[in-house]
Amino acid sequence: MSDTVKDSALHFDPAIDNDTDDINAILESSSIYDFKDEETDFYKVDEGLTEDIVKQISKEKHDPKWMQEFRLKSLELYKKIQIPDWGPPIDGLNMDNIVTYVRPNTKMKGSWDEVPEEIKSAFDKLGIPQAEHEYLAGVGAQYDSELVYHNLQDHVAQQGVIYSDLESALNGEYAEMVKEYFMKLVPPTDHKFAALHGAVWSGGSFVYVPKGVKVEIPLQSYFRLNAKGAGQFEHTLIIVDEGADLHFIEGCSAPKWNVANLHAGCVELYVKKNAKLRYSTIENWSKNMYNLNTKRALVEEGGRMEWVSGSFGSHVSYLYPTTILKGKNAVCDYTGITFAGKGQNLDTGCRMVHVGKNTSSLVTTKSLSKDGGIGTFRSSVEILPTAKKSKSSVDCQSLMLDDISRSDTIPEMDVRTDDCDIGHEAKIGRISDDAVFYLMSRGIPEDEARAMIVSGFADPISKELPLEYAAEMNNLIKLEMEGNM
Amino acid sequence: MSDSLLKIENLSASIEDGEILKNVNLEIGKSETHVLLGPNGAGKSTLGNSIMGNPVYTITEGKIIFEGEDITGLSADKRAKKGMFMSFQNPLEVPGLSLESFIRNAIRQQSGKPIKLMQFKKQLEETMELLEIDSSYANRALNVGFSGGEKKKAEILQMLMLSPKFCILDETDSGLDVDAVRIVGKGIQEYQKNTEGSLLIITHNAKILESLRVDYTHIIVKGKIVATGGPELIEEVNKNGFERFEEE
Repeated sequence: MSDTVKDSALHFDPAIDNDTDDINAILESSSIYDFKDEETDFYKVDEGLTEDIVKQISKEKHDPKWMQEFRLKSLELYKKIQIPDWGPPIDGLNMDNIVTYVRPNTKMKGSWDEVPEEIKSAFDKLGIPQAEHEYLAGVGAQYDSELVYHNLQDHVAQQGVIYSDLESALNGEYAEMVKEYFMKLVPPTDHKFAALHGAVWSGGSFVYVPKGVKVEIPLQSYFRLNAKGAGQFEHTLIIVDEGADLHFIEGCSAPKWNVANLHAGCVELYVKKNAKLRYSTIENWSKNMYNLNTKRALVEEGGRMEWVSGSFGSHVSYLYPTTILKGKNAVCDYTGITFAGKGQNLDTGCRMVHVGKNTSSLVTTKSLSKDGGIGTFRSSVEILPTAKKSKSSVDCQSLMLDDISRSDTIPEMDVRTDDCDIGHEAKIGRISDDAVFYLMSRGIPEDEARAMIVSGFADPISKELPLEYAAEMNNLIKLEMEGNM
Repeated sequence: MSDSLLKIENLSASIEDGEILKNVNLEIGKSETHVLLGPNGAGKSTLGNSIMGNPVYTITEGKIIFEGEDITGLSADKRAKKGMFMSFQNPLEVPGLSLESFIRNAIRQQSGKPIKLMQFKKQLEETMELLEIDSSYANRALNVGFSGGEKKKAEILQMLMLSPKFCILDETDSGLDVDAVRIVGKGIQEYQKNTEGSLLIITHNAKILESLRVDYTHIIVKGKIVATGGPELIEEVNKNGFERFEEE
């Protein structure tokens, strides 16, 4: 299918200079995901988060001066920008108490006894080692994965790869690089939670892969985060230099329990000329969590960005990884799955911005909803006038597992050149009773038959994951099917 | 009739809009091959599906006895575990589930034991070869993009791998070309030869029966079994159709 839209209300400046600031201008002018310039004020601006608190955070982290200023500027923006008035409701998020999300006191961390039973049993079912339980529940000492992390770090260091936590990077050899790239792709002006992130970010990874270096083993933040303490405002900054190649894996299948239930992380990925980055993530937030995460990638000429994304858990999610195909011949593949169970409203999808000539994007997503869960797939494909001969194909499939669940598809396309090839396919369906009977007639019990059909539906995503992660994801799907998570 | 394997007593079944089977009686002994013939809409598939436990059909009267046990109320998976099997008229497509892992899963479910992988692989390979199924199909998603003939061959493959005590073949031969009919027939012969299993072959095309040993033939018309006999009934239907039975 080819489609051209010439008379849309939005306009882009046709002369695009290849510069990060201009990219931001593009993002700001067009986004359906922008949280800003909304008139509704169903929350009064919170006074709880003060300059003093932000300064205190900055001091504890030994920020360089520019970072402290950055935080304070972000705080100002945070106070000005309104909460989004679209997407799933987030009224459960107590913005008056935002300071407690930012600075959970020791008492709030609670004890192992206060961790909900379902979380504890999920650890067992997922086969998480006992030693990690308390850590993941946010109540215990850090799980001792420091060693694994450092071994990994040493291994890649031999190739000249920098892999550390972001705080160390800020004061280390690559401080200038961090300064150059930090929150340039996702500026604090982007939306309220990006501003909040800019003010209070804490923890996260920094990776720099030098020119031409191909990292053979995937880097897994799981070990690093466990060693250094995972945050709710963690920042991931990855720069893959020209001709380099990296696979980065973030997250894990264990539900992370936290009394403070806001997650506003930020991921910025820079893929330089002819470089390749695969960013895989399985997120499984505890079911009280508001997951308002922002992820973005900027791909230069001939670069290749691959997203593999699994969204599980959380009460509400807003998650739309964005890729800007800036250089000519840049490519992006996005593969994602979302599972919305009882009490969950997951609004996920992705955004592709084609700037360069002959760029291409391929989106494949699967969405599952069960027990009254709401799964919304929201996508945006933007083809700028400069993006001649570009190709984009979006394919989303949704499966509703019962009559009370809901699945929506909201694709948006904005095409500014007639010299391109755009396709979109969406399917929403249910599990066929005939198929269940078919599997049962071979001796497979009904619940397993359903789980097999669902795993099969998710197979295109599992296939993209490393084996142990695919196994974890299948396990997770199985547990969600049983309604046991 | 020798040792009874399956006994259907006075079975009536209905679907939402009405009764399809009316007081059907049928007994199948061990190692016997029965053929069920009948015009379109006579209730052939309904009988097969009711025996297998398809929840779409409601049993309104009667019993299904398998190896002396009343299984009328059992779900399909439990019937399968007792040794029943049905080759589907329209095998369902299951994306993302490979033919091989499906069969492996089914065997594990039925035996309740872990599978000896090498042995399983070898048997699968040999059986696929017998049925002239390209080995690449093992890793393909179950029935997805299979031609009509490939789907039916995959059904027979499952039958031979699971080695059930009793198989219903629901129009396994319909819509197949000559070659596929020959291959499917070869698979069924293999089952007759190597197991003590029994068959209920539902068809309205006698072609496939030419190569098979048939012990009994039943004619079903308008939800009732109106005649039972030996293989000679097949010939009669071949010559004269169902007219004589429909008049009765």
